[in-house]
Amino acid sequence: MITLADQLLVLVLLINFIALGTGRLIFAIRAVAVQGVILGILPGMIHSFSWHLVGITVVIIIVKGFVIPHLLGRAVRSAEIKREVEPFLGYVPTLLLGAIFTAFAFGFSGSLPMVPEHQNYMFVPASIATLMTGFLVLTTRRKAIFQVIGYLILENGIFIFGLLLAGAMPVMVEAGALLDLLVGTFVMGIVINQISREFSSLDTSLLTSLKEE
Amino acid sequence: MFAALILIPLIGAAATWLIPSDRLRPKMLALFSAFHVGITIRMLMVTPPESAGRWFHLDALGKIVLLSTSVLFLACAVYSIGYFYYRQERSNRLLCMWLLVCLSAASLVTITHHLGLMWVALETTTICMAPLIYFNRNARSIEATWKYLLICSVGVALALIGLYFLAYATIVAKVEPTLLLDDLIDGAGKLSSGWVHGAFVFLLVGFGTKMGLAPLHTWKPDAYGEAPGLVGALLSGGLVNLAFLALLRVYQLCVATKEIAFFQDSLVVMGLISMVTAAVFMARQADFKRMLAYSSVEHVGIMAVALGLGGKAIFGALFHILANGLTKGVLFLSSGNIHRSYNSKSTEHVRGALRRLPWSGGLFLAGFIAITGSPPFAPFISEFTIISSAFIQGRMLVGALFLLSLAIIFIGMALTVLPMVMGEVPVESETTLYRDTIGTVGPPLVLLLLVLMLGVWIPEPLLGLLRDGALLLEVKP
Repeated sequence: MITLADQLLVLVLLINFIALGTGRLIFAIRAVAVQGVILGILPGMIHSFSWHLVGITVVIIIVKGFVIPHLLGRAVRSAEIKREVEPFLGYVPTLLLGAIFTAFAFGFSGSLPMVPEHQNYMFVPASIATLMTGFLVLTTRRKAIFQVIGYLILENGIFIFGLLLAGAMPVMVEAGALLDLLVGTFVMGIVINQISREFSSLDTSLLTSLKEE
Repeated sequence: MFAALILIPLIGAAATWLIPSDRLRPKMLALFSAFHVGITIRMLMVTPPESAGRWFHLDALGKIVLLSTSVLFLACAVYSIGYFYYRQERSNRLLCMWLLVCLSAASLVTITHHLGLMWVALETTTICMAPLIYFNRNARSIEATWKYLLICSVGVALALIGLYFLAYATIVAKVEPTLLLDDLIDGAGKLSSGWVHGAFVFLLVGFGTKMGLAPLHTWKPDAYGEAPGLVGALLSGGLVNLAFLALLRVYQLCVATKEIAFFQDSLVVMGLISMVTAAVFMARQADFKRMLAYSSVEHVGIMAVALGLGGKAIFGALFHILANGLTKGVLFLSSGNIHRSYNSKSTEHVRGALRRLPWSGGLFLAGFIAITGSPPFAPFISEFTIISSAFIQGRMLVGALFLLSLAIIFIGMALTVLPMVMGEVPVESETTLYRDTIGTVGPPLVLLLLVLMLGVWIPEPLLGLLRDGALLLEVKP
C-alpha cells in the first residue's frame, strides 16, 4: 500500500502545478476538487480499517470534492467570469517558483527526523510543497476566486500533514478544524458575491481605495 | 462553570437571532454579556477545578485575558443600545448574533489548555468578525473584509501547521501523542528539536498575523477603519489579546523546551518593527480610525517586546493586556460617537469636537493621553515597567528604540488628535442627528475610570493574578 499512497501524493503535486499553470477558473476549481477527493482517499491508504476512518473519508470527499467546488463554481457563474487576466506574476515564472519550492520542500523535510513507519512516505515534502503552492497562488493571482483556490490548496497541504497525526488529534478537534475551513470558505464565497455586486468584477486589484496617501 | 461560560453567550446568540425587534436586540446583547461578566467574576473568585482529561483549566494567564475581554465586551454591549438608536436604517440582527458567538469562542480560547481546541476557537473568532466588519455594506467595507478574512485565515492556517509539527514532535519522541499544554510541558525535554523549532516559527507567524504584528499587520488599518466603532474596540482590545494569549502558550512551551532564546529574539525584533512602523504611519494620518489602528499595531508591538525581554517586563506585558484593552475601548467608542456626529472620519472635516461634543471629545482626548503612556493612567505603569526592565537588563538599544518610538508616536498622534478636539467647528460641517447621551457616553466613561483606577491603584487580587501569570512565564536558568 505504501507505493499507492506515494503515487497519490505525486498526483497531488501534479495538481499543484496544474493550478499554478492555468488561468481558467472552472478548470482550476475542478483540479482542486480532484485534489480534495484524493485527500479523502489517502487516510484509507495508511491506516487500518475503522468506522471512524470511513466517516472521515466520506466527509472529506463530500466537503472538499463537492460542496466547496460547487460553492466556488456558483460564484464564478454568477459573476460571469471565465479566466484570470493579467496575474501579478506570469504563469511561467510561478510554475518555475513552484518547482523551486517543491525541490526545497524535499530538501527541507530530508533534514527532519521521522518515525520509522513514516520513513518511506513522502507525506512531509508533499505537504510543505502543497502549502507553498497555495501561498504562491494566493499571492500572485488577481481574481478573488483564485485567491480562495490558493487558500484551499494551502489548507490541503496542512491536511496532508495532519494525516500523519491521526490519533494525536481527537476527532472533535479534527471535525472542528474541518468545519472552520468549510465555514471560512463559505464566508469567502459570500464576500466574493458581494464584491462582484459592488464592483461588477472579481478583480481584487480594484480593491485599492484603502491605502496610505 | 466552564459549560456556562461557553453556553450562555450561545443561548444569547440564538435569542437575538429570534427576536424580531431591532430596538430590543441590543438590550438582550447587554443582558447576556452582563451574565457573562457575572460568571467570569465568579470564576475568578472561586477557581473551578480542572476538567476531566485536563482539557479545560483556567490559569492566571487565561483569567487576565478573560477578565479584560468580558469587561470590554459588556461596555461595548451597553454602548450598542445607544449606538443602534442612530443606526436604525440597518438591521442589527447579524451583528448582535455574531458578537455573542464571538464572545463564546473567545471565552473558549481563555479556558482551554488543549492547543488544537484553542486553534479552533481562535479561527472561529476570526470568521465571526468578518460579517461585523462588513456592517456598513459599501465598497470600502467589502475591501476591508476581504483583506481581513484572507490574511487572517492564512495566518491562522499557518499556526495550525505549527501545531501539527508540535504534535509530530511528540510522536517522534515516542511519548503519548498529545496537544495538551500541560502534557507537552511535562514531556518537553524529550521533544525533537528540529520539529519544535519549525513549529515555533509557524506559530509565531500565524498568531503574529492574527495579532497584527508588523510586517503582518496590513489588514489592520483597513479593518479597524471600516468597522463600526464598537467592533473596532472589540478587535483591538479583545481579539488582539486572544492572539497574544496564544503566543503566551507558545512561550510557555518554549521555556519548557529551552528554545526560548530564539523565540524571545524574534519577538523583540517583530515588536520593535511594529512600533517603528506605527511611528512612521501615525504621523499625518488623514483618517482618525486608521490612526487608532496604527496605535493598535504599536501596542501589540509593546506587548511583544515585553514578552521578548522577559524578567520584570513580563509583568508589564500582562498588565498591558488590561491597560491596552480597556483604553482601546475608550478610544474606539468615543471615536465612533465623533464619526456619527460629523458623518466623517477625515481629520480635515472633524474639528472642534470638544465644542460640539464635550463628552465624546473629552473622552477621546483623555483616551489619547492614556494610550500614549502618560501618567496617571494604566498604560503608563505597564510601559514604565517594560522600559525600566529593558535598561536594568542592559538592553540599551532595545530600550532606546522603544523610548524613541513612543516619543515619535506621541507627537504624531498629538498632531492628529489635538486639531480634532480643539478649535472651532467648521461652518460647512454637516449637521447630524447625533447627540451625546448617557447610553453612548457612559460605557467609554466607565472604561476610562477603570483605566484611571488601574493607573493609581491595582487591587490586591488583581496584583496577585498578574504575579501568578508572570510566574508561569518565568525563564528558569
